[in-house]
Amino acid sequence: MSLLNPTRPRPHRPASTQSSLARVPQLDWLLLVSTFALLALGSVLVWSATAERTDLTGGDPQAFLRRHLVNIAIGVVLAVMVAATDHRWVRILAPLVYAGSLVGLLLVLVMGSTINGSRSWIVVGGMSIQPSEFAKLSVVIGMALVVAERTENSWRQREVRHVDVLGMLGVAAIPAALILLQPDLGTVLVLVATVFGVIAVSGAPRRWLVALAAGGVGVAALAVAGGVLKPYQIDRFMAFTNPALDPRGAGYNTEQARIAIGNGGIFGQGLFHGSQTRSGFVPEQQTDFIFTVAGEELGLVGAGIVIALLAVIVWRALTISARSEDLFGRLAAAGVACWFGFQAFQNIGMCLGIMPVTGVPLPLVSYGGSSMFATLMAIGLLQNIHLRSQRRVGLGFARSRLDRSRF
Amino acid sequence: MTSLSFRTDLTAPAGSRRRTFVKGRLRLGVLQVLVMTLFLTLFGRLWYLQVFSGADYQAKAADQSVRDIVVQPARGLIVDDMGRPLVANRTSWDVTVDRTLLHKLDTREQAQLLHRIARATGGSYAEIRARLLLCGEAGSKSGLCWNGSPYQPVPVAKDIPQPTALTIMEQNEDFPSVIVDSQNVRAYPAPYGINAAHLLGYLSPITSDELDAAEARNDESVHGASVVGRAGLEKEYDKYLRGFPGYKQVAVDSMGRVLGDSGEVQGRVGDTLVTTIDSRVQAVVERQLAETIKTARATYDPVTHKNYVADQGAVVVMDAHNGDVVAMASAPTYDPNVWVGGITSKELARLYSAQAGTPLLARAFQGQFAPGSTWKPIMTTGAFGDGYGPSSRLDCSGGLQVGNRLFKNYESASYGYIDFAKALQISCDTFFYRVGLSYWQKYGSDESNVNAKDPLVKIAQAFGFGQRTGIDLPGEATGRIADRKWKLAYYKSMKDYYCKVGKQDGSDFLHRFAREFCVEGYQYRAGDSVNYAIGQGDTIVTPLQLARAYAALSNGGTLYEPRVARAIVSPEGKLLREIKPKVQGTVPATKATLDYVDTALQGTPKTGTIAWRFGGFPLDKVKVRAKTGSAEVYGKQSTSWVASYTKDYVVVMMVTQAGTGSGTSGPAVRKIYEALYGIHGTDVRPSTSAIPGVTPPEKLPVFAEDGSILPPMAATAPSSRRSSGRGRRARTRTGGDA
Repeated sequence: MSLLNPTRPRPHRPASTQSSLARVPQLDWLLLVSTFALLALGSVLVWSATAERTDLTGGDPQAFLRRHLVNIAIGVVLAVMVAATDHRWVRILAPLVYAGSLVGLLLVLVMGSTINGSRSWIVVGGMSIQPSEFAKLSVVIGMALVVAERTENSWRQREVRHVDVLGMLGVAAIPAALILLQPDLGTVLVLVATVFGVIAVSGAPRRWLVALAAGGVGVAALAVAGGVLKPYQIDRFMAFTNPALDPRGAGYNTEQARIAIGNGGIFGQGLFHGSQTRSGFVPEQQTDFIFTVAGEELGLVGAGIVIALLAVIVWRALTISARSEDLFGRLAAAGVACWFGFQAFQNIGMCLGIMPVTGVPLPLVSYGGSSMFATLMAIGLLQNIHLRSQRRVGLGFARSRLDRSRF
Repeated sequence: MTSLSFRTDLTAPAGSRRRTFVKGRLRLGVLQVLVMTLFLTLFGRLWYLQVFSGADYQAKAADQSVRDIVVQPARGLIVDDMGRPLVANRTSWDVTVDRTLLHKLDTREQAQLLHRIARATGGSYAEIRARLLLCGEAGSKSGLCWNGSPYQPVPVAKDIPQPTALTIMEQNEDFPSVIVDSQNVRAYPAPYGINAAHLLGYLSPITSDELDAAEARNDESVHGASVVGRAGLEKEYDKYLRGFPGYKQVAVDSMGRVLGDSGEVQGRVGDTLVTTIDSRVQAVVERQLAETIKTARATYDPVTHKNYVADQGAVVVMDAHNGDVVAMASAPTYDPNVWVGGITSKELARLYSAQAGTPLLARAFQGQFAPGSTWKPIMTTGAFGDGYGPSSRLDCSGGLQVGNRLFKNYESASYGYIDFAKALQISCDTFFYRVGLSYWQKYGSDESNVNAKDPLVKIAQAFGFGQRTGIDLPGEATGRIADRKWKLAYYKSMKDYYCKVGKQDGSDFLHRFAREFCVEGYQYRAGDSVNYAIGQGDTIVTPLQLARAYAALSNGGTLYEPRVARAIVSPEGKLLREIKPKVQGTVPATKATLDYVDTALQGTPKTGTIAWRFGGFPLDKVKVRAKTGSAEVYGKQSTSWVASYTKDYVVVMMVTQAGTGSGTSGPAVRKIYEALYGIHGTDVRPSTSAIPGVTPPEKLPVFAEDGSILPPMAATAPSSRRSSGRGRRARTRTGGDA
């Protein structure tokens, strides 16, 4: 509570009375600190996960750390660029980002390389790009934009109507379908959660939320009952409840992840001293199962801090959403919050054996360029929205009014 | 960090937009609570895994990342009476390939590597390729494919020469993913070229049942990778030979590759087993058996009009004083090396195949054969206990009519009235027919009386026939005395079958026999007792049983449990356990009777059936007592037997489908005695005898401090032997019986 700005604008109050209070907008420093803390922790964890894995690193213990730091550096630059961009430009560029990620997703299907059973990567000049990571960001922006454009441009239409909901669903459906074709179930689940959250926050009629929830359950039931999913896929999905269902694949991962985390105890084995991590028992440990390194080497304390930092980021995103005056900002920030929150839950839940094994990275922590760029850009977007809602404090209601009637 | 400040003032400028905004804010709040709940769930689960059940997972982690590696110490040696190793150990080098690492190479590099391995090990590329496929994988060939865990290194070349192994290890940059493994396996030094496969036995991996059983009785001397003795001495003395495994704790990675050591529990090398076998005698015996069979197969049999088949054979050389087995050979035999490092299924099939003569079967103590005329000295001893004596004379006619059947003498020869000594020497059948018939008439003319007295059966039992000798080798056969009880039991078990056959039409031998058997098969008739008296019919013995019985004739009537192992000595050379000769019984015969038989059998090599094979043999110095036998087997050529002894040794030899005792086995038995006593022509030179001092050494081999094993002290200073306090071995140096 104390962190909230007590002088938050009240739209019904005459804005002009506050114009003299104009000041230099500040970044959300709590979000900033949490982000950098996670990035730092993530770097150490990636380093620890790969230092002993000569089969992956080719003998250079710092190989992954170095690439991870480069990714962070690029991501931070991107985040700064997004944060510094004028919100109008954000809106202008949003459709381009959306279109770009659609092209990326199509390219993946046409010429992507298959890793771990799904066709999710395009290799460009030695770099693997995973367009589905960017798709999450673009879906968030796209949905926010569709509703914002329609409701803010028309005075007559202030209620979020069925058409708006359909529009948002449409914006989300195309990339979701393309991702489903890869197939990358984990990303689709994150998208579904994000879409649901954005639609809820947009103020759409409650009927829609009920219908969407029911529809989701129905589709899942149909997929299982109708034989769309093969039995082994269901087994793999359900392996987290019983590792014996897929003992060589997801079940093995689940069991090993649990052992590594359980081995940590309260204070952990110490960085670079986790026996399971050092010996490479957990597969994909620097990417999807990075949390197990925290669990084993830093223990309940360290892994708890990772969860707490992610919680802070989601909380800040929701706060920024709540404070945002314009619908675009509110929906985009809420979308990012849903995305981060659900993806973090899914990833950590998978490591802890309470969620199915689906390959989604832990935001800001896992090794991997595309995910790092997309999540840092999302952080930049949150800061952008934060800055804008502060500016409005200074520039007053008129500016806001002007915004809505721009173009 | 819980909540947002929600705008609750619904008095704001009215309108649907405002409502939408408020609705959205409320929902943001719900969302916040939802997300935080999820995160709290994560933390709760984290606590559950790390604190509540942390101990379980820590145990599991230790379990998979620290592995107890069994360090199997060498198995104990098996040495002969002079300390010569019969079974030792050597290092076997295997080339294994780590599939996981191999598949990280590209296809061209893989092919290159496998070609390089093939060149280095002398194997074929195709075979190595096939060995690396998992069974069930596309293109895998059964027999070659890898049946084990895909994460374990796959052996592609076994038991390669050490220089090759070292080369591969030195050039490991040329052999990525290749690991050279070494393991201890059995080696057979084969002193004097001996085989002794049936005596020594073999090893094979422990079965899961055996492992469970060992676990149930807290036996930690075996583990999953143990090999255990399966036959012969390796099995009988397995618990001494196997030693105790050591354990090394190593940290391993997910591929099972060793990252580092963390402590070791030392194991203990297996104990050394000192046997009564003498390699030199064993070598002579094996060579003689092989040559006898070879000669027989080249000899024409005028009875069946073809060469002798000579399909099985056995020789037992026993220390007459205590039942120690000095040499024992069986034919056919096999190379014990086929078991080393795992036998191939083809080899195993051969060992069990009837076509190859089931080489696994040790004829000497697992084979059962009709004893033929070698039975007669036993019968004589029995007859002397009930009515007969040195002065008894019976007709050795050309044939004897018993009931409706004429029992012929060998080649229908007729010698008139003779005594037992002569009957033994010339092996007169009709003489012993009359002995058997007389008892049948006296005690057992009631054919259905199972409990009728029979001194001849009784004496056979007293000599240990029809029961295990108790030799310290597994799988011994019992033999069989075909007495009244056996006949009734046999009748009961076969009655249904023969009665059924008898009801069918047909007048051939089988059908006629079946009808007769069905009606009166239980009856012990005069013909049975007649046959029994000459070791024919259904009575069967093992060569070892016969050797032991003859040892009793030699040593004054003591029946020993034969033994092959003399002592168990620790790896440091300390005597752990001496295996003393064990008396199983005493033959109920007077000294006069045994002396009579002894004297009679001395005549056989001089004037009897085997005299033509002992021409020029110094019988005055080395008094060989012998009895030959040619046991008739229905539908086959006769079994050649020679059972013989001196006051030191018993030599029993048997070859099936090989003709007469003296004709086929005589020369070999003579050669064995020549080796035992150092006989050259008519000369006896004890210094050249196979065992220094002629008789088996009194003392154990000397276990020197440097680990070497030397011949017994007594062997180098034979004069000290006599004063060695073990009175049962007081005998002259030449072993003769003056």
